[in-house]
Amino acid sequence: MKVTVDLLEDFARGAAFLGTGGGGDPYIGRLAAQHAIEEYGPPELISLDELDDDTAVYPVVYIGAPTIFIEKLICGDDMDFALSKLEEITGRKAGAIISAEVGGVNSIVPFAVAARRGLPVVDADGMGRAFPEVQMVTFNVYGVPASPAVIVNEHLEHVVVHAHDAKSTENKLRAIATEMGLGAGLSCYPMTGKQVKDTAVGGTLSLAHGIGRAIVEGRKQGDPIESLLAYLRTTPYYNKCKVLFDGKIVDLLREVKGGWNIGTCVLEALDGGGSRMEIVFQNENLIARVDGKTKVIVPDLVCVVDRESGEPVTTETLRYGQRVKIIGVSAAPIMRTPEALAVFGPRMFGFDEDFVPIEDIA
Amino acid sequence: MRIGVDVGGTNTDAVLMDGGEVKASCKTTTTEDVSSGITSAITEVLTAGKVEKSGIESVMIGTTHFTNAFVERKHLLQVGVIRIALPAARLLPPMIDWPKDMRDQVGRYRHMVRGGYQFDGRENVLLDEKAVAEIARDLKSKGVTSFAVTGVFCQVNSSQEERAAEIIRDEVPDATITQSHNIGRIGLIERENAAIMNASLAALSTRVVSSFREALAGLGIDAPFYISQNDGTLMNAEMVEQYPILTFASGPTNSMRGAAYLCDVKDAIVCDIGGTTTDIGVLANGFPRESAIAVDVGGVRTNFRMPDITALGLGGGSLVRSNGKLTVGPDSVGFRLIEDGLVFGGDTLTATDIAVAAGQADIGERAKVSHLDGSLVKAALDEIHTMIEVGIDRMKTSAEPVPLILVGGGSILVSRRIAGTTDTITPDHAPVANAIGAAIAQIGGEVDRVFSYETLGREAAIESASAEARQKAIEAGASPDSIEIVELDELPLTYMPGGAVRLRAKAVGDLVQAKG
Repeated sequence: MKVTVDLLEDFARGAAFLGTGGGGDPYIGRLAAQHAIEEYGPPELISLDELDDDTAVYPVVYIGAPTIFIEKLICGDDMDFALSKLEEITGRKAGAIISAEVGGVNSIVPFAVAARRGLPVVDADGMGRAFPEVQMVTFNVYGVPASPAVIVNEHLEHVVVHAHDAKSTENKLRAIATEMGLGAGLSCYPMTGKQVKDTAVGGTLSLAHGIGRAIVEGRKQGDPIESLLAYLRTTPYYNKCKVLFDGKIVDLLREVKGGWNIGTCVLEALDGGGSRMEIVFQNENLIARVDGKTKVIVPDLVCVVDRESGEPVTTETLRYGQRVKIIGVSAAPIMRTPEALAVFGPRMFGFDEDFVPIEDIA
Repeated sequence: MRIGVDVGGTNTDAVLMDGGEVKASCKTTTTEDVSSGITSAITEVLTAGKVEKSGIESVMIGTTHFTNAFVERKHLLQVGVIRIALPAARLLPPMIDWPKDMRDQVGRYRHMVRGGYQFDGRENVLLDEKAVAEIARDLKSKGVTSFAVTGVFCQVNSSQEERAAEIIRDEVPDATITQSHNIGRIGLIERENAAIMNASLAALSTRVVSSFREALAGLGIDAPFYISQNDGTLMNAEMVEQYPILTFASGPTNSMRGAAYLCDVKDAIVCDIGGTTTDIGVLANGFPRESAIAVDVGGVRTNFRMPDITALGLGGGSLVRSNGKLTVGPDSVGFRLIEDGLVFGGDTLTATDIAVAAGQADIGERAKVSHLDGSLVKAALDEIHTMIEVGIDRMKTSAEPVPLILVGGGSILVSRRIAGTTDTITPDHAPVANAIGAAIAQIGGEVDRVFSYETLGREAAIESASAEARQKAIEAGASPDSIEIVELDELPLTYMPGGAVRLRAKAVGDLVQAKG
């Protein structure tokens, strides 16, 4: 399948949904991809089955706080630079590009890089959603080293990180990214096709497109949210889903700390029953509680959408008074194993509770 | 007593209000010079209401003039666009996502220079002052007089934008300069778009505001006048001259608030049929439903808070054509309806003529449309109702039927039950709901200041900002009991010590009514 410009809008909307509030506004990524595709032609989206075992595959992402990218936008030269530098270090030319994170801007950035380099993009990613840290990918969970990693800013200043594990790579990259202004281009987790097949969450880029299309189709029929849920129920992993809350934002506390947008959003039910929901986020929405009781918890997805249009709302655009619906969605099984939860389960975000699948919560 | 005026593309309406009561209303046509239309509308309500000019305490004007000018690409200036960002943002230059015709008309001169801040207010890159001066000189020689300056993270630190504006002013002393930190929020592309749109309207805003001023002076009314902005609050003339863009979408806001006021209904679909367009919006709990998505204005992405409106090219002045397939609109005779429409003795078949021929309205001379073929009239009415039904359906988010409030001069076009609605309410004074919305527009007070959460604590800081915003609203004339905090934004400034947070609070309330 060719990734043509006309697919990008639905794709970006779906990616924003899977971003669970984080991952940045895919609009910026869409513009970047659109212009790359117009100039260099559409890249091919290939399934895991179509990928050769010995192809060199590289993720290219942006790292930092989402707020940064809606202001500093994208320099462009930085991501090309990160990729070629990593190729130079490993001595292997890229045969395909992969998204490390299907949620938000990083789902689309690979299309821009791939178009510029004439490479295909693999229909898979390392998160099946968005996460704030570099070690929080299935590539790491199932044994792919994060380094060498190349981090680059808009001045094309760059640092190559070699670290003993993925968390340590993250710590170093985060410090560098913070110094660079909380946003930088990054290429890491150099892989073979075989490693990708063993560790990635498959089919997630086409999933993003399907979600975006379901919302738009739903608008034409009158209920975008019902249309979205109906679509998700037909997918292999994301099929446990429901509207958890329908409310208005009554308080919003946020700060930019340690390179993240951290905060809490409090909603009040619109039915007048006085029920309250609290969502805690660190770039991404991590947990949603109704009157103190957990309704969905990471790595399952907490998605905020406009209650009328179904448009996904990112944490940086949350506003006092907004009327939204909160949707909970199950993550892929590969994301819910004990090994996976040890990397991005609730305790890894400082919550003192265990993961319970959304389908097991009343 | 106060007067509300709505200056639309086709009609200029006025209402005279005493407290909550509409004493008189009228509808006239918008004139090319704007001011004579306002003058005749105001004169008419003063006469009808038997009120002395000296009894007028304030005049509120709502206008879609600037939105229309932008959307129709009329009277726009070429803007000197300067973005302070390099080497960041290089891949996505200014106006990259604008419609091409618009870019040609407004954005022939787009520049990026080195500069910009980090998220925490640290300087990322020194402002390239020399480049700004060179661009200003070059654009001056090309006759550019209006500039839009947008810097990365200028809401955290506006010094570079201010410095760039100073440099431009040195080179081009008569320049109008829009600095993005004064009108937009975070989001470089959307804020920059808004700054450019605003700058493109600079000449028109001066002209329109002075025509408002002249109209009132000519009438001998020396009450203060205000212009309504898109959030339903008022601003003064100087503010509009500088920031005409803040009036964008005030028309739909006024009409929906006016409709809610007239009907005392909290949830409904509001359909405002004007001379050229029909705006359909949703009233949820008494307020217009806001668009959560970035709003396109004339094909340009912005991040204003705006009511969620769908616009159809259907109005009282819409052209009806029947060569082969019958069509209504999207083009309209606009304010020339009273010259060109058949019932007024003209020779153009308009939607209003169809309504008169069908016996739905009594305007102009009915005899002038008696020759129209009955099947043509029916086909045109079918088309008009279908257009509205489709538009309403698009705005609805559930199958649940809701009441439909019809307002605007073109509401005479509707005579049948509309699918998906429970009933149709056409309130008294419906044709002038816009002007009523302007007349009841609220007074706002805003605080935008840095507070220390470490010394004050978050709650106390918010309380203090809210109290200050309330106080400002009261000082500006809002009645204390009616004040609500409608916006509250926190922006932590981590580069400053002491838990510094920039708080923006906005309070709005009803204008105090003088007794008697």
